[in-house]
Amino acid sequence: MLEVRGLDLFYGDARALDDVSLVVPEGAVVAIVGANGAGKTSLIRAIAGMLKPRAGSIKFRGAEIAGLPSHRVCDLGVGQVAEGRQIFPNLSVSDNLDVGAMLPRARAAAHANKAKVYEMFPRLSERAKQFAGTLSGGEQQMLAIGRCLMARPDLIMFDEPSLGLSPALARDVFDIVRRLNESGVAILLVEQNVAASLSLASHAYVLENGRVVLEGSGDELLRNDAVRRAYLGL
Amino acid sequence: MPATYANILISGALAGLIYGLSALGLSVIFGVVRIVNFAHGEMMVGAMFLTTLMVNALGLDPLLCLPVVAAVLFVFGYLLQRFLIERVAHLPDHMQFLLMAALATTLTAAWLMIFGPETRGVRLSYGYDSYEVGPLILDKTRVFAAAAALVVAGLLFAFFRWSATGKAIRACGDNHTGALVVGLDVRKLYALTFGIGAMCLGAAGAIMVMLIDTQPYLGPQYTLLAFVIVILGGLGSMAGAMLGGLVIGFSEALAGVLFQPSLKSAFSFALLIVILLVRPQGLLGKRA
Repeated sequence: MLEVRGLDLFYGDARALDDVSLVVPEGAVVAIVGANGAGKTSLIRAIAGMLKPRAGSIKFRGAEIAGLPSHRVCDLGVGQVAEGRQIFPNLSVSDNLDVGAMLPRARAAAHANKAKVYEMFPRLSERAKQFAGTLSGGEQQMLAIGRCLMARPDLIMFDEPSLGLSPALARDVFDIVRRLNESGVAILLVEQNVAASLSLASHAYVLENGRVVLEGSGDELLRNDAVRRAYLGL
Repeated sequence: MPATYANILISGALAGLIYGLSALGLSVIFGVVRIVNFAHGEMMVGAMFLTTLMVNALGLDPLLCLPVVAAVLFVFGYLLQRFLIERVAHLPDHMQFLLMAALATTLTAAWLMIFGPETRGVRLSYGYDSYEVGPLILDKTRVFAAAAALVVAGLLFAFFRWSATGKAIRACGDNHTGALVVGLDVRKLYALTFGIGAMCLGAAGAIMVMLIDTQPYLGPQYTLLAFVIVILGGLGSMAGAMLGGLVIGFSEALAGVLFQPSLKSAFSFALLIVILLVRPQGLLGKRA
């Protein structure tokens, strides 16, 4: 479904991504693991069209999307639950969701989608009129996920969805990721909680200093000594 | 005597609503696109000249010209953002200031070349009519002008509050990264916002010709006035811009009766200083 080949990305002269290649098959959960500054967020933003890669190809369902502006990429069905949630704090919860359905692909079904999101996250429906900035961290993460779902994406890229959440809320988030995947959405998951994300993923990549240094099935990487030492503290 | 004061205050408030509408244009652009429109007053003067031309050539009422003038300014603002200002968006603030200041100077020169240095006014059939409400005497012109300003501001509030595009524009202003994340076409929305801000001051210009005569050098004082109003009312608050306009309208009127009319700007600035001391975020602004 998503195929990244030889992606190079620079911030000025600083190299952020070096010849990165990865594949997300239809309906799969693929994880990207790596330390802070390894280039995980850069990779997601490059796929989303928010950063322009210097070289390489990004194909979504066979069509080249590298270099397309972010609104075009989103409209093809690539959704994102971004690092830091990136909700709109001074808009109401309800308006946040509405803005998520501004894409041409989402407009017609916006009303039905909103009902679905409220059904999935009753808390959001209770707080529909509240400013999003007044929500708790967990609720804001639900809102970020709900807002992403408003566009009915076929692939969702999650960037550190459990960051800053209590262990219980983090479990809820992983549960949501699993349920979304079961409903047919492909997932690209970047997480600092390596154990949880590897156990969820069918395939995973280890990113270090902008390069893919290791890849394999989630189980393989969980058993890999280097991964266990570096990311699981074992 | 109290009736005199009341009359003056009300006429100040009516003018203040027009100031508020003009300041709203500045506020909307700054709040979303983060560009300080130093050419604000000069663009408004352009709208005033355009209205004067239409009124004198076609014999229309300024308020009938308003939609056309507002539309022209919208297109001007949209294109300005899309083809000029967008190119400096990544540069440091002072570079953007330079561009906008250059634009202001260019516009003043353009108005001077096109319309000449003379003042131009419009003659309204109801120019000397007034409503008497008890002891109060309200100029018909001012009442019409203020009502028009309120209607335009109200439409704008409704647009930002309820329309899908309005929500998307507010989202862009609230969180730029978030707007990209959900796939908003931020470039287009910025251009739209600049267009809407320009439309606002176009409408304000069309209304303003009912109160004062137009000449090419009016620009800077309107720019300054709009700044004072926006800061007074609170950056980023639309209601604040209207309230700030009212307050400045009052203070100018009061300065006129208590001291002398030429002191009205000094009064406005003094008020700004006081407000900044007491409430740095402005009347309706959020604390940073």
